[in-house]
Amino acid sequence: MKGKSLIDVLHEIQESNPENYVPENLAKKVSDTFKTSPAKVYGVVTFYTMFSVMPRGKHIIRVCRSLSCHLADGKKIVKKLKEELGIDFGETTEDKEFTLEESSCLGMCSIAPSMMIDDVPFGNLKEEDIPVILKKVREGVL
Amino acid sequence: MKMYRSHILVAEDSKSLSKGAKEIEELISKELRALGLDEEVLVAPTGSLGFEDIGVAIAVYPDGVIYAPVTQNDVPRIIKEHLLKGRIVKELVHEIGKKDVTVTESRAERVLSIQQRVLLKRVGVINPESIEEYIAEDGYLALENALEKGPQWVLEEVKASELRGRGGAGFPTGKKWEFTAKAKSDVKYVICNADEGEPGTFKDRVIMEGDPHLLIEGMILAGFATGANYGYIYIRGEYDLSIKRLQKAIDQARSYGFLGENILGSGFSFDIEIKKGAGAYICGEETALIESIEGKRGEPRKKPPYPPTFGLWGKPTVINNVETLANVPPIVVNGAEWFKKFGVAGSYGTKLFSLMGDVNFKGVIEIPFGVKLSSIINDVGFGIKGGKKLKGVILGGVSGSLITPNEIDTPVDFNSLALIEAGPGSGSIVVLSEDRCIVDIAKNIAYFFRHESCGKCTPCRVGTEEMYKIIDSISKGFGEVKDLERLDKLSTSMKLTSFCGLGQTAPNIIQQSLRKFREEWLEHIIERKCSANVCEFEEITEEVTNE
Repeated sequence: MKGKSLIDVLHEIQESNPENYVPENLAKKVSDTFKTSPAKVYGVVTFYTMFSVMPRGKHIIRVCRSLSCHLADGKKIVKKLKEELGIDFGETTEDKEFTLEESSCLGMCSIAPSMMIDDVPFGNLKEEDIPVILKKVREGVL
Repeated sequence: MKMYRSHILVAEDSKSLSKGAKEIEELISKELRALGLDEEVLVAPTGSLGFEDIGVAIAVYPDGVIYAPVTQNDVPRIIKEHLLKGRIVKELVHEIGKKDVTVTESRAERVLSIQQRVLLKRVGVINPESIEEYIAEDGYLALENALEKGPQWVLEEVKASELRGRGGAGFPTGKKWEFTAKAKSDVKYVICNADEGEPGTFKDRVIMEGDPHLLIEGMILAGFATGANYGYIYIRGEYDLSIKRLQKAIDQARSYGFLGENILGSGFSFDIEIKKGAGAYICGEETALIESIEGKRGEPRKKPPYPPTFGLWGKPTVINNVETLANVPPIVVNGAEWFKKFGVAGSYGTKLFSLMGDVNFKGVIEIPFGVKLSSIINDVGFGIKGGKKLKGVILGGVSGSLITPNEIDTPVDFNSLALIEAGPGSGSIVVLSEDRCIVDIAKNIAYFFRHESCGKCTPCRVGTEEMYKIIDSISKGFGEVKDLERLDKLSTSMKLTSFCGLGQTAPNIIQQSLRKFREEWLEHIIERKCSANVCEFEEITEEVTNE
């Protein structure tokens, strides 16, 4: 009833940006629209893990680090992802295809270990699945 | 309406979709067309059938046969044999395909024998994207009933049912509603807390993906009973399929006149909007959630005032969990007395649990309150994987409680669990086998809270960080016996002085483990030994530095 909130607008900005982040110039515009300070907007953007103030890859990989996935040997999946992508958490591959992020529970515990690539969930992951999935995403099949 | 002789329902919740459920559905349609059966057999998506842990599941009606797991290779055979020739393909019927399970009866029978499906009765039965199917299964009947009898009647009925909140705290729903109903204000709100984020919890998504109209109807009833005309569903941004299905359901409900101005000509107006979260566990805390809907950082507010009188934009606001609201339509249709036939005194009704960890069956289950935890593990969960011994259970999420094998016969209800300082919490049951290391688990939990503390208050912000550091050093072999005392004291301080529930509950499992598994902690510290062989001890060098 109150219309779009600041967070709604930030979602829109980020979703329409191929680099998956909220750029400074737009954040400043948002602060004008909402009659608040850029610092407040920065405070909101950095509070939530789904937002970023830095350019990211075309695809965001969120791998679960919480209890159920941990108990299902999620560590191996994390290691494999880092190996295959050649990056650490918070980093983006050189070809700007993938950014790797760690995530809290994704609610996929019965098929742990799990991850999401953009909006698509993947579960019961085995190490050998990782290169296959990454290849498919890169080719745009998934 | 067109009649079909058979229906094939394909489980298409997000987990099944990740395993290729959509492709199976397409293949089934293709095979049916090839055999000229597409006019006789309807293929439709449905919610979870409860077999996501093993693969894609399909149900064939009217025979009521569930095939799971179904692979691409199985499809032609199922179609040819079952749908063309009428012979059930016995080998593919959800017989337990796992080596470590030795029970002989069929999985579904066993899993469902203790369960009672009130909230999940349509999940895996109807197409969640069809309002007509929801209506055909008694959907929006409660709303009709309510509009006829008036808001006061609905409120009294919910109060009489003694329904308690399913989000964790267990506050009586009727009482909460009454505060808002009595509050004088021209604007009131209903919020559905769908920010399911407690590690080990995935029950709400089963409702949202499998029966979204149930939640919508529950919210309309909450609005009607309390005098609110607008509702928000605050849902975590990661639950993409839930968001899509709920949005579709809202649009359908609006076009049928169940939402919007002057609902069914009653004069009552109510509408719902979805607010997408952006990744913050703290937003499951009701006042942090309200801040987030307002577009701010999700930091908790000081209480009192409480949301029922001072909530969203300062207006009286009812805020309930998805599962709580899903309980309302069945109560309004069948009455409070009917509801109280399920469960036990103090905890009426059924409860959804997310069962996982080292059990043979993992998934969302619905059982009446009062069933023993041991029965849930052994009868519904088919016991511990690999025939191992039970080490413990983490009940109610990582902010919940740690149950030992000698407490395992405790009935799962609010009052019985309170006697062992536990509660159903978020409805998560993580079963741990003897192969698990308690220090490793504590470290994972501490890591989670250290990341998720919002930073507003010092006890939580600093406490979660310190807690992680101490446990991390113990897990690497650098602990001292006095660290256990430090952890214990720190836990108590956090419980007593943290601003909100996050910091107050973060130490729960860790502190309980110090008492219940003290030997194991000492073994790590004194002997530098991890019996479960999980912790990797580092060499002691001259200069030991904590990172």
